Amino acid sequence: MATPKVCGIETEYGIIFKGGDVNPITASSIIVNAYSMGNSELVGWDYIDEHPGNDARGYSLDDYLFPEFETQLVNTVLTNGARYYVDHAHPEVSTPECRNALEAVLFDRAGEEIVRRSMQVANEGLPSESEIVLYKNNSDGKGNSYGCHENYLVSRQTPFTQIAQQITTHFVSRQIFCGAGKVGAEHRGLTGKNSNPNLFQISQRADFFEEEIGLETTLKRPIVNTRDEPHCDPLKYRRLHVIAGDANMSEVATFLKVGTTSIVLAMIEDDAFPAHLVIKDPVHAVRQVSHDPTLMAVIEMVDGRRLTAVQIQIEIIEAATNYAIRFGLDSVDEQIGNDVLQRWRNVVSSLQSDPLTVANIVDWVAKKRIVEGFARRHGLQATDPRLKAIDLQYHDMRVEKCLALRAGLDVLCLPQDVMWSMVHPPSSTRAYFRGTVLQRWPSDVVAANWDSVVFDIPNQGLKRIPMPEPLRGTRELVGDLLKGSQNPADLIAKLGDEF
Amino acid sequence: MTSQSSATANKDVKNLTAELDSLLDEIDEVLESNAEEFVKSYVQKGGQ
Repeated sequence: MATPKVCGIETEYGIIFKGGDVNPITASSIIVNAYSMGNSELVGWDYIDEHPGNDARGYSLDDYLFPEFETQLVNTVLTNGARYYVDHAHPEVSTPECRNALEAVLFDRAGEEIVRRSMQVANEGLPSESEIVLYKNNSDGKGNSYGCHENYLVSRQTPFTQIAQQITTHFVSRQIFCGAGKVGAEHRGLTGKNSNPNLFQISQRADFFEEEIGLETTLKRPIVNTRDEPHCDPLKYRRLHVIAGDANMSEVATFLKVGTTSIVLAMIEDDAFPAHLVIKDPVHAVRQVSHDPTLMAVIEMVDGRRLTAVQIQIEIIEAATNYAIRFGLDSVDEQIGNDVLQRWRNVVSSLQSDPLTVANIVDWVAKKRIVEGFARRHGLQATDPRLKAIDLQYHDMRVEKCLALRAGLDVLCLPQDVMWSMVHPPSSTRAYFRGTVLQRWPSDVVAANWDSVVFDIPNQGLKRIPMPEPLRGTRELVGDLLKGSQNPADLIAKLGDEF
Repeated sequence: MTSQSSATANKDVKNLTAELDSLLDEIDEVLESNAEEFVKSYVQKGGQ
C-alpha cells in the first residue's frame, strides 16, 4: 500500500527593483520583512534538522562542504504553517505540508497572495520613484533560472533507483500540460550562442537540465534530485524533492502537476508503473518535448519504441486507471485522485486533438495564444521584444499588470478560501499543530521547522516537540488538546502520543 | 473550496477566439510601455 502522498510546493519568485540600485538579496529581504511588519510576532526558522547535502544514494556532501547558513537572511514561519524566507537572492514561499493536490493548489495560491501583500507593504515604504516587482516564473531569458520545487512523501522501502527511473518518464512527458511556456531558448553559460529567439517552447525550465540524476539544484541541474532530507522519520520515509517543474499561474495546471505526480509515485511504490516505459535519453528528451509545441516530437524508448509525449502520457493514464481500480486512490485522497484522473485524461486527449481547447487550463497554451495573437495583430517579427515582454509579464504578481489573470484561466479555489489559508494551516497534516501554536502563543514559540516546534517554558527552559510523522499533529489528533490548554506549559504537560 | 467538473472545463475554440480580441485590447493597455528596456533589464541571479 502506497504511503499517503503528503505534498508541498516551494516557489522562488523572480524579483526586480525599479528606480534605484538595490541588490536582489536586499530587495528580497525588504519583501519578506514587509510581510513581517504586519505580523510582528513571526517566529524564526530552526535549522537544527536541515541536511540539504544528504544524498539519497547514501553519502553526504556536508562532509565535504561548508553548509550554507543564511544567518543574515530573513527566515520566518507563518501561522498557516508555511516558511517564508530569502533563498539565493529570491523571496521564497514553501507551502505547509498538504494532504492532497487541491490543498497544495490552495496554499500555493495563498503564497501568491502573501507575496502580493508583501509587495504592497514594501512599496508603500519606498520612495515614490522606486518599486519592487515580483514574478512567479523560472527564468530571466538570459540563462539564469530559479526553481519551483515540489515535495512528496514516499516510502523508504521503495528502491530510490526505481523511483528515479520511473518518475523520470513522467517528468519528461508531463511538461505538455504543466509547462508554463517561454519565448526563446537558453543554455546555461552560452547565452546568445545557442539560443533561438524565434522559438516558443513549452517549459521555462527544460533548458537547464544537464543530468539524469544528482544532488545539485543550482548547477548542472538533474531531472531527478537526490537530496535525502526527509524532514520526518528517516527510517520510514523519503521526501522526493522535485526540481524539474515550472511555476504555474494556472490553478488547474498546478492541480494536475501535483495530482498526477502523486498518483504516479503511488503507482511506483505499489510496483504498478509500466516497467517498460523508460526513456532512453531523458536529458535530450526533456528539451525535445519542450522545444516542440506541435507535440509531434518523437522520443526514443529503451524498448525500441518511438513515442510522442502525448502517447507516453496516454500509456501512463491507462496504467493509472487500472491502478485506481486495483489498489484504490486512498493514498492521494480518493475523491481528489478521481478528479485528477478525469482531468488528466481530458487534458491529454484535448492536447492531442487541438491544444487551443485547453488555453483555459494549460499555461503554455494560454501564453502562446496571447503571444501569437499579439504578433498577428501588430504585424510583429518573432524577435520583437514585446513578445518576450508578454512572456515575462504573464507572471507579474501585480494584479494590475499580470497577464495570466487576464488570460481566462479556470480557477479551483474560492477567494475567501485563499484569504483564510494565508493565516490558517491545513487541518490534516502536522502543519496544523505548527500553525496553530504560532497563532495562539507566538511569544512562547522560539523556533520552528518542518519536524519540530521549540517552546520557551517559564522555569523549565526550552522544550522541543518533535514531529516525525507528517500525518500526526492534525486537527483531529490535537484540536481538542490545543483548545483545552491554557498555555504551552499546560499543553506539554497534557501531551501523550499525539506525535 | 469548489472545483468545476472536467466535463465543462474545455471551452470551444470559437469562444476562445472571440475572447482573444478583447484580451489583446487589454494587453495593449497594460503591457510595459518600453518593452525593449524592460526585457533587457529583467536580469535575475540564478537560484535553485
